[in-house]
Parts: sequence; C-alpha cells; structure tokens
Amino acid sequence: MSVAMLVFFACGIVAVLGAIGLILAREPVHSALSLVLVMVALAVLYLLLGAAFIAAIQILVYAGAIMVLFIFVIMLLNAGVEVRTNLSRLARWVGVPLAILFLVEMAYAMVREYGTRTALAAGGSVAAPVTASTRALSMEIFTKFVLPFELTSILILIAILGALVLAKKDI
Amino acid sequence: MLILNHLWLLMALPLAGSMLTLLAGRHWPKKLVNLSSVGFPVLAFICYCELVREFFFTLHSPATAWIKNYFTWMVAGNFRVDFALQVDQLTIVMLGVVTLVGMLIHIYSIGYMAHEEGYYRFFAEMNLFMFFMTTLVMAANLVLLFVGWEGVGLCSYLLISFFFTKKSAADAGKKAFITTRIGDWGFTVGILMAFWLFHAVDYKTMFATAANMPPETMQHWGALTSICLLLLAGAVGKSAQLPLYVWLPDAMEGPTPVSALIHAATMVTAGVYMIARMNPLFSRAPAAMLAVAIIGGVTALYAATIGLAQSDIKKVLAYSTISQLGYMFLACGVGAYAAGIFHLMTHAFFKGLLFLCAGSVIHAMGGEQDMFKMGGLRKKIPWTYATMLVATLAISGAPLFAGFFSKDEILFDAYAGPNSNFVLYMLGIAGALLTACYMFRLIFLTFHGKPRFDEHHVHVHESPKVMLTPLVILAILSIVGGWFALPTYWGGTDYFRAFLHPVFAGSTALALQLHPAWKEPPHGLEYEMTAIAVAVALVGFLIALYLYILKPSAAKRLAAGVHPVYQLLWHKYYVDELYGAVIIRPLIWISRNVLWKLIDIGLIDGTVNGLAFLSRGVGGEVRHMQGGNTRSYAAWVVIGAVAVTVFFVWMVR
Amino acid sequence: MVPISYYVILSAVLFGLGVIAFVFKRNVITIFMSIELMLNAVNLAFVAFSREFNQLDGLVFVFFVIVVAAAEAAVGLAIIMVIARNRKSLNVEDVNLLKF
Repeated sequence: MSVAMLVFFACGIVAVLGAIGLILAREPVHSALSLVLVMVALAVLYLLLGAAFIAAIQILVYAGAIMVLFIFVIMLLNAGVEVRTNLSRLARWVGVPLAILFLVEMAYAMVREYGTRTALAAGGSVAAPVTASTRALSMEIFTKFVLPFELTSILILIAILGALVLAKKDI
Repeated sequence: MLILNHLWLLMALPLAGSMLTLLAGRHWPKKLVNLSSVGFPVLAFICYCELVREFFFTLHSPATAWIKNYFTWMVAGNFRVDFALQVDQLTIVMLGVVTLVGMLIHIYSIGYMAHEEGYYRFFAEMNLFMFFMTTLVMAANLVLLFVGWEGVGLCSYLLISFFFTKKSAADAGKKAFITTRIGDWGFTVGILMAFWLFHAVDYKTMFATAANMPPETMQHWGALTSICLLLLAGAVGKSAQLPLYVWLPDAMEGPTPVSALIHAATMVTAGVYMIARMNPLFSRAPAAMLAVAIIGGVTALYAATIGLAQSDIKKVLAYSTISQLGYMFLACGVGAYAAGIFHLMTHAFFKGLLFLCAGSVIHAMGGEQDMFKMGGLRKKIPWTYATMLVATLAISGAPLFAGFFSKDEILFDAYAGPNSNFVLYMLGIAGALLTACYMFRLIFLTFHGKPRFDEHHVHVHESPKVMLTPLVILAILSIVGGWFALPTYWGGTDYFRAFLHPVFAGSTALALQLHPAWKEPPHGLEYEMTAIAVAVALVGFLIALYLYILKPSAAKRLAAGVHPVYQLLWHKYYVDELYGAVIIRPLIWISRNVLWKLIDIGLIDGTVNGLAFLSRGVGGEVRHMQGGNTRSYAAWVVIGAVAVTVFFVWMVR
Repeated sequence: MVPISYYVILSAVLFGLGVIAFVFKRNVITIFMSIELMLNAVNLAFVAFSREFNQLDGLVFVFFVIVVAAAEAAVGLAIIMVIARNRKSLNVEDVNLLKF
C-alpha cells in the first residue's frame, strides 16, 4: 500500500462522508459546510492526479467563491430547519432503488472497461507523458479552445446581468 | 357535308336550349321560354332533315357506318374511349323518331303546361333529355352510349318527379331511377366484360373481332352469351320488361308530355335500340337471343292482361307500352331486327299520339284521370276523339294503319322465320287479342256511353290549337307511317327492311347459316298469317264492344263472376307488394340494422371515437408526469438519465 | 499508483449520492447544492481520465465546467431568491403553481 493509495482512500472516505453529510444534515448551513469538505477532499485528489492548476482553481473558485455565495444566500433567506416528513411514495419506491442501481451500474461499467489498469501502465496511453503544468494548460486553452473561452466570458456577462435583473425588488 | 361533318350539332342544339332555359328562364316571359326551349328542338329537327338529305344524296346510303371522331375522351393503356359519333341507317331511323316526335311533343307541351308552375324547368329538363337521347343514339362506342343511357335515366327521374311536392310523384321518380339502376349495373358489368373480351369498346372494332368468333350454342355458354345476357339486363331495366317493369306505371305521375316522350317513344326504346345495335354479338349467342324473345313474349302477354283491369287512363297506356315493348323484344329475339325497329318507329307515332290524346282528355276533364268517371266525351271533344281512334286502330293492327304492318311482320317472323318458335307466336297472338280488347275498352269507356260525371262541375272543352296540331300530325303519321315498309306480298317493295339491311346483314346471313334446315315459307302463308292476325284483333274489338257498349252490365257481371281473377288483375298481380316484402323490406332491415347500426355507428364511428377515447385515456395517465410537483419532475429526470445510461452502456455495441 | 477505476468508482459514488440528495431533499438550496456535488463528481472523472490518456483536454473541460458552474450558481441563486420572495417559503413542494 503506497502513500498514494493511503492518501486516496483517506480523501475518498472524507469526500463520501461529506456527501452523506450533505444528505443527512438538518440545517442547510450544515449541508453547505459538508459540501465544502467534499470540495477540499477533491482538491487533494486532483493534486494526487497531478493537476495542480485545477486543484487550485477548485479551492479558489468552487470552495472559495461559489460555496461562500451559497452560504450568503442561505443566511440571507433565513432558511430554517428542514422539516422532516415522510418521503413521497414515488421517491421511496422508485428513487432509492434507481439511485442504487445507477451507482452499481456505473461502477460495473467502469470496472469492465478499465479493470485495474493503473495510470501509465503498459498498453495504456501511447502518447509521451505530458505534464499538466499551468503553462501547458494555458497553451491549450488559448490556442485550441480559445472560442469556448471567449464564449464563457460572454456567458459570465449574461449571468451577471441575469442575476442583477432577477434580484431587483420591483421586477 | 355540313351536318355529316358536324354531327355534334344534333346533340349540342338541345343542350344549348336546356342550359339557356335553365340558367336564364326563371324570370323570362312564357313566349321567350318557348322560343329558347322549343326553338332548339325545331332546329335540331331541321338539322336532321339536312342530315337525311346528305345521307341519301352524298353518301348514297352506304354499307358501312359513317363515323366521326371528335376527340379522345379517355385513354388508359388498351382502354380507349373517344367522343365518336356515327351515322348509319339505324341511326337515321332512331334520330328521326327522337327529333320528330320530340319536336311535336315540345310544341304540345306549350299548351299543356301553360298553367303549371316551373314552366321553364320543365322545358329545360325536356331539352336535356333530348340531348342525352341523341347522344345515346349517335354514339359509336358502348361507353358514350352508356353516358346517354344514364343521362336519360336522370332526366326521366327529374321529369317524373316534376311535381316534387307531391309525395307519390317523388316516390315514383326514385322508384324509376333505382329500378333502372339495377339493370344498369348489369349493363356496366357487360361493358367491362366486352372490353375484356374484345379489348375495345367501340362498335367497329368489337363487331370486326366478333365476326371472326365462332357462334356459341344453346348448350355451350361462353363469354359472348354472358356479355349479351348482361347487356340484356340493362335493356330489361330501361325498357321496362319483366321483372324490372314496375317503375313504368308509377312513372305516370309525371306530366303527360313526359309520359309521351320518355315513356312511350324514346327512352324506353333505348333498350331495344341497344339490342338491335349489338346484333352481331347477339346473333352469335343463341341462348341470349332466346332469353330476349322469351322475356319479350311473356311480358307482352302479361302486361296486356293487367291493362284489361285498370281504371286510370294513363296506367292502361303504360301497361300497353310495356306490352308493345315486349313485342319489340320478341322481334329482336327471333332475329327480326328490322321488324323490331319498324315497330319501334310506328309505336313511337301511335303511342305518343295516344298519350298526347290522353293528356288532351285529362286537360278537357280538368285533371280527372279515372276512366270510370268519364264517358260520352265523343261529341264534346271531337278532334281528340278522332285522333285517339286513329291511334287505337293503329295499335290494334287494323289493316292499312301503321301498327298493322309492323305487328304483322313480327308475328310472321316469330312463326316462320329462321328462329321461329310456336310458343312465342301464340304469346304474340294472345297479346294482340288482348291489345285490341283493352284499347277499345279505353275508347268506349272514355268517349262513348253516358257521361258518368257531373256536367255542371266539369266544363269539358276542346284543347287549344297548339295542342291539337301535333295530334293531327301524329295521327297522319300513324296512318301512313307503315306504308313505306309495305312488304312485297302486299305489292310494295319492303323498303324499310331493305333500307336497314346493311346494319343487320351479318346477322341475317348468320341466322341462315345456323339454321340450314330452314326454307322460305310458301307464298300463301303470309296472307294466311295476316288474316289470322286481323281476325284475332277483330275478336278483341268485338269483345270490348259487347262488354262496354252493347251490354254495359255484362262487364260488371263478368268481373263479379271471376272475382279472384279480377282482383288479381286489378292489383297488378300484387307484384309491387311482392317486391316490397321480398326485396325491399329485407334490404331496409339490413340497411338499418347491419349497415347503419353495426358498421356505421359501431365500427366506423366506434373506431374514430375509440381513437379519441384512447387518446384521452392515455393523455389522462401521462399528464401525471407533469403534475406541477417539482419533486416528481426531479424523479423523472433521474429515471430518464438512468435509461439513457443503460442504453449507452449495454445496448450500444 | 492508484488504478484509474478507483477514481471512477469514487466519482460514481459521489454522483449517486448527489442524485439521492437531488431527489430526496426538500429545501431548494440544498437541491441546488446537490447539483454542485454532481458536477464535482464529474470533474473528478474528467481529471482521472485526463491523467489516464495523457491528454490535457480533460483538464480544459474541467476548467470550463467550473466556470459554467459559477455562472449557473449565480443565476440559480438569484432565481431562488425571487422564488423565496414570492412563495414565502424555501420548500420545493410550495413551488406548485402549475399543479392541477
């Protein structure tokens, strides 16, 4: 059991616990905090996979900005304790089995396709190992994917406008 | 060559008159309607005279028909129907009857219909009838003939129910149309079969192909016999023979000029014309010819028996028409086509005259049609009496009148021709006796004796000149119409038969071929036959004289004595009731319960409604998918995602 | 080295938990957060595959996913605020104006 494996299992368990915490928490703020935990764990996993830039982006944007926004809104709206009622019939009899089925199915598919192949094993990738450095990533973004990049900037603009309009008092 | 090149004029003129009167005549004064609607048939007759002149002097009465093809109507592979008109000797005779008698009846109608509503409609429909009848007669192929056939059926329906507000008239129109339709179905199948056999429907090709076919025999019925029997079905319907005659007596609900033109002179003779035209086919199918003859002979006697007991003057004439048509069928059935057409022509004259005179009587009596309420009209309406007497003598076969020669020829050919048949001859003789009997009964009841009506209520007056003139012309024709067919044994030249010879030459020769054992009858036989026929007619006359003039009470005692027989005849053998019970009631039951309730409401409506219900039901269930409940939306999204994933993971290979 | 399938299984587990939260929670904001959880799970899978096939396209995609998630969070929360203002409740079952 190498260090990588240990780290993986630790972070994996933390992530799963965070997700379960999201489900089981009674207050929305607790759910948000669990989600933050999940994101941090995932950031560590990205680091383990060698995507440093992505890990940084994850912490900065996702955990640092988006989740903060969520908590702002929760507190602004004074979301109270979630009332616990019985699950609806559709959810109980269709949703749970389906979700579990989904899970199992995905896992099965993945295992069937990739077995226990480790990264960089023989027969895996054919290209030369590429370091996922920031420099290399930005080269990709600004040459091959420049159009989507520009479009996302427009998308952000639209999102800002939308949020502004929607949040006005007298719409 | 004017008319010969523009044969369509003879059809177009009445059509123009009809359309003009129909579209514009509603508000015209009567004189203008007369001009437009009677003027065109007169013009058509003038064109006909010119056609006759050209036929004789330019074409010299050719041995083959003169055919003009104006345009191709429809082409579908082998099936080709042209708008082609033909003129040959038979056409000349038929066109003469149609245009001359039609013109005279139009002139008569000016007086008869003067006080009726819908004056312009009457003449428009009459002109339309003339158009269709000329199409029928001049057609050069079976399909165009059928167009005319159906067209005259339509006009007959329109004119029978002219007084459409009267229920009996409307019913009679429907009965006529539906009954002839039954025959027309057979006719259509016959045309289709003829196309299948000959690969063409125009006469020239059909007859040329048929000439090379071997004649069929009584025992072996093939395609030719079937075609002829099917065509015969159409003729039986249109010419009111057994068993499809029931519409003609009811058709007397129409105005009297309609009865005269359509149901005496022209439309009902279309069946006879068609059989005569198809003579190359019929002469090669002896079984069909025998069927024609039997139907004709039996109908002739049958209708004559019914005519003995009717009280409505027009119904007597209707049954008389059925009977005389039976004679024409009999003639065609024994191969005496020329005699049949001759009788058709003379019949048009005297039966048309009889109907017009009956109309004159009805007009004089102010609408009364029951003979038992007439009597003693002889001195009051002398012109009508004289012309009607001439017509009665003609139909009874009095010597030297027109009917004498034609009926005589038919009976002679039935007795001594190549296809002779003694039973048929006896049927014809019996019919002749009864014809004389019931016709003179009509004369005596209507014109002789004491008036059986209240003379103060009914003001009997003679008809106006516009009605009398056609009567006189037709009376003259009833006398002289037969003279130019004077047979050789009377010193004449048998001109009519010789004139029509090119049309029937093939059949006549074939008949001689098929009956090699037949010899020419001995010379004296013709005089004997004529004597027998005249004697029989005389016996009929004497019976009527005795029963209605000499001893009027004898008629009543006779009727009481054979009461069941009299009832049977009076009720026309209960045929209408029989048809009603056996055919019409089951048909109505099937229509109501099976076709309407079961199929229309149950099946068709059910299917359509069922689809609607299904759609509604499915929609009612599916609407729960979008119930406004956000969480169920979420559930459905997940279900969809799972389904897509399953598809991609397991199904896509 | 950690086999790639482990990462992918983890991603699947997280995604499944996100789905469960999406279906079962009643607070609108919590549902929205479960969507974010699902996106994160997918991001993990992308990064894992990018590492597996030695291509940078996966990472680029993760970059764009994060950007779009940010924009979506902004607009979505604005909508949630409007809903909360109108329906006076954050319970998703109260958003039922379309209910028959």
